Amino acid sequence: MKNKAVSAPYAVWSIIFIVVPLFMVAYFAFTDASGAFTFANIAKVGQYSNVFLRSIILGLIATIISLALGYPLAYIISKVKANHQTVLIMLLMVPMWMNFLLRTYAWMSLLEDQGIINNALAAIGLPRFHMINTAGAVVLGMVYNYLPYMILPIYTVLTKMDNSVIEAAEDLGANKSQIFAKVIFPMSMPGIISGITMVFVPAVSTFIISKMLGGGGNLLIGDLIDMQFLGSSYNPNLGSAISLVLMILVFICMGIMNQFDDGDDIQGGGMLI
Amino acid sequence: MKALSKIYTFLVFLFLYAPIIILIIFSFNDTQTFSRTVFSGFTLRWYKQLFEDRLIMEALRNTLVIAVASAIISTIIGTMAAFGINKMKKLPKRFMMTVTNIPMVNPDIVTGVSLMLLFVFAVSLMNMRSLGMATLIIAHVTFCLPYVILSVLPKLRQMDSSLYEAAQDLGCPPAKAFMKVVIPEIMPGIITGMIMAFTLSIDDFVISYFCSGTTQTLPIYIYSMTRKRISPEINALSTVLFAAILILLMIINLRNAKDSKKEGKKR
Repeated sequence: MKNKAVSAPYAVWSIIFIVVPLFMVAYFAFTDASGAFTFANIAKVGQYSNVFLRSIILGLIATIISLALGYPLAYIISKVKANHQTVLIMLLMVPMWMNFLLRTYAWMSLLEDQGIINNALAAIGLPRFHMINTAGAVVLGMVYNYLPYMILPIYTVLTKMDNSVIEAAEDLGANKSQIFAKVIFPMSMPGIISGITMVFVPAVSTFIISKMLGGGGNLLIGDLIDMQFLGSSYNPNLGSAISLVLMILVFICMGIMNQFDDGDDIQGGGMLI
Repeated sequence: MKALSKIYTFLVFLFLYAPIIILIIFSFNDTQTFSRTVFSGFTLRWYKQLFEDRLIMEALRNTLVIAVASAIISTIIGTMAAFGINKMKKLPKRFMMTVTNIPMVNPDIVTGVSLMLLFVFAVSLMNMRSLGMATLIIAHVTFCLPYVILSVLPKLRQMDSSLYEAAQDLGCPPAKAFMKVVIPEIMPGIITGMIMAFTLSIDDFVISYFCSGTTQTLPIYIYSMTRKRISPEINALSTVLFAAILILLMIINLRNAKDSKKEGKKR
């Protein structure tokens, strides 16, 4: 137990399977098919700036909607009786246990042109909407899949909040909306931060949701990477370059988010499950 | 206000559950046209077909083998790592934790692609046939390890180290003291880590997708099903999985409730 060497297997494992693969991504990104050093791949990523822009915008929209939908629910749940809280949180987590492919597949049958929503609209005499294979459908899929990841950390922070601080604000004459704006909301910031990262990172890098709900017209970064490795345009060098840029993008986002968070552990709110 | 928040809660849960409920309803749909939107009578045909589908059953078997193997391996390596990290000085500890965080922070697709590059390279180097079960298990252990470490580490930190010393003072040999005192103390963390590793492994699609070669796991098979054709078999499969999850969660919750009752009695 005193011996540090017990962590040696993990150290070796993490070097071979975490660190080395990342260096391989970097190596492939800066070489061509013959192995010669080149900047061509990175330069080529620039051609796809519209895809990057689309991914970031759709990811941001999904994150904002998730926050707007999720915060009130987290707040409501944190205010009900303790045993009801457990049930509601359970209910929130059950869909998360379903494989996300199946959850996304479920939306396909809802959104199709001959789908359930359109059939229902037609049945009551309303016009049909074209919903599947649009950017809106992709955002919907992202919100649907990642909403619980927004709610859970915010809920955790809200329940852990020291009630005496709120009482102190009341004693000092703050009204309800002031208490919320000046005490509760700022204090729930760590939860919001981890919620935002837990929604934005998978949303910006997804390739399933865009493939299943976005048709071919809403290519995201993930689809580009998929295409370079397992898809039609096999080019691991370009794929690595895109992956590298995506990774840097995510780390920059997280760096920015951490600026807003004065607490030292960002894991605190997120690691609930 | 109270009513408003109730309605709001209901609407959000409706949003979360409606697609799943519709998926379940259509698993019983007796249709000839493979329509997934018009309900035309009750049948259990899709369930029969599901259980007779050799490919699905093989994918299920692969998924379970990988999940069990990677849960056990990652729990052992991860728990040992947590012991080591807990004893480390500040700087190496920070370094180890940074490396541990990488797979959790990195987008899954990047982790998957990076492992794929390594595996393809290793396969060509060692003249093996192709990616498969072995690479899948390695990949799953890799992304499960951080979760095991992060659930064991807090338990180690909370543990009173004088307990271990007390056992030795009372004449217990170190190895026995370790097994009888330290391990039971951190057991909840180990179990949590193992369950998390198991469920993460079962559920993973993105990383497996890049590391699987021709081996099918259940999520990969589901993916190919959604790409190729529309079949109510997927709905039947979803329903079976959903029921399994519900039952599992209920058992866990009942056990927790029992445990907390016992705790209450002890006090």
